[in-house]
Amino acid sequence: MPDREALRRHALSAVVPVTVLVAWEVLGRLGILSEDGFSRPSRFFPALARGLADGTLLEQTIQTYSAAALGLAIAVVLGVTAGAILGLLRPLERAASLTIDMLRPVPSVALVPLALLVFGFSRNMSASVVAFACFWPMLIVTIGAVRAVDPRLIEVGRMLGLSPFRRIVQLALPAATPGIMVGVRIAAGIAIVVTVTTEIVANPRGLGYGMTIAGQSLQADLVWATLAWLGLTGWLVNWLMLAGERRWLAWYWAVRT
Amino acid sequence: MMRLGWALVGVGFLAAVLLAWQVAADAKLVNPLWFPGPSRSFAVLWGWIASGELWSPLGLTLWRTFAGWLGASLVGIVLGAAIVASPLGRALFEPTVEFLRPLPASAILPPAILILGLSDAMIVFVVAFGSLWPVLLGAIHGFRSVDPRLADVARMLRLSRRDRIWKVQLPNAMPEIFSGMRVSIAIALIVTVASEMLSSQPGIGHLMLMAARAFRSAEIFAGILVLGVVGFLVNLAMQRIEDHLLRWRPAAVGV
Repeated sequence: MPDREALRRHALSAVVPVTVLVAWEVLGRLGILSEDGFSRPSRFFPALARGLADGTLLEQTIQTYSAAALGLAIAVVLGVTAGAILGLLRPLERAASLTIDMLRPVPSVALVPLALLVFGFSRNMSASVVAFACFWPMLIVTIGAVRAVDPRLIEVGRMLGLSPFRRIVQLALPAATPGIMVGVRIAAGIAIVVTVTTEIVANPRGLGYGMTIAGQSLQADLVWATLAWLGLTGWLVNWLMLAGERRWLAWYWAVRT
Repeated sequence: MMRLGWALVGVGFLAAVLLAWQVAADAKLVNPLWFPGPSRSFAVLWGWIASGELWSPLGLTLWRTFAGWLGASLVGIVLGAAIVASPLGRALFEPTVEFLRPLPASAILPPAILILGLSDAMIVFVVAFGSLWPVLLGAIHGFRSVDPRLADVARMLRLSRRDRIWKVQLPNAMPEIFSGMRVSIAIALIVTVASEMLSSQPGIGHLMLMAARAFRSAEIFAGILVLGVVGFLVNLAMQRIEDHLLRWRPAAVGV
């Protein structure tokens, strides 16, 4: 006997999307929603299939996610390094906090024109803006995670005669990993959003540009199909990261409980 | 005394960073074509302010940001209250909200342009869509977490439905709604600038993209400075408003 409560929940969660899609289709067929802008849900799947079949959608997907991954990787390396240093050196953190507070609210898109000048139309252009956007959450999360490490652990390292570098790399960072991983997952969401934004605004590659160009050539069905594809793949990435986190950080939760 | 000392150290650090930037630019360590020093960038910014060129695009950008954000906040609060009002509402809407939330707000731009055209209304709509989710989630969470004892008291006092919402639920949800609104306004500013860049509507975003196309890098940096200051001030203002409106709340428990 399957869990009837869960079944009911799944059924209810489908009500709103299905209603919206059906209403969309009906209003589209009646001509109340303009064909040029809204298209119709029944056209999305053929458009999606076309894009997947001729390879453009797949190529754009790879372009978008590789730029996001590169930018995220840079942000993680720089953010964790700077965060570990600032987290362990309290005076330095206090001295730098005003500068950080001034730089952090700069909206990431403000860097798009600059990145365009420096890198031209390229993966690195998107990745550099992503790196800036993701650096701040990584920095803040790492400072917090490093500071939450049990001071006795660091004491032990000192007792064992480990150098400050080894104390950071071998003790503080592993202990702070679960906290840092939460930051990575948040930053990954930001990375995808920022990548797509750079592509829509200025960089002729990836899914964002695919949507822009489909819109400019009045292929509304392809615009919506790409948007749905973007939502689907983004959701998949998040799910994969959660699964990976659960698997690789199992030791941590095992110790905690 | 101690605090003043640290404030000075902070200013000193910032000055050192600016100085390093100036020295690096003067020594042409980086291609000066796209790396002007702070002196040139501030000179451009000062020129904009002195000639009054800055105010019209800045006003447009701020108007779009605030219009979209306020609209989204209102819709988010009302929608959040409605969704939480019944278990059925939550079961119906929460999964859809969770699915739509991570979509990049800027990804709505291409379909929005198809439907609404290149217009102010289109930008405000996209800004509102992008900044809706944090407020909505904050509202859902805030309305849901009403202390059951408070709900009992409200029932005992036979408060009307309207009074229950205005006097118990809304104040209780306010802290979470506010943190959602703070996240939202940052998103609203980003989406506004991105929309201006894409749609060539006058505003700071458009100004900066034009500067990039003409290789006028000092103007880009001046634009970054303007947006940085706006982001900083908006964040500060939200903090102040939040502290003032929520002063009845016991001091926040550290996370």
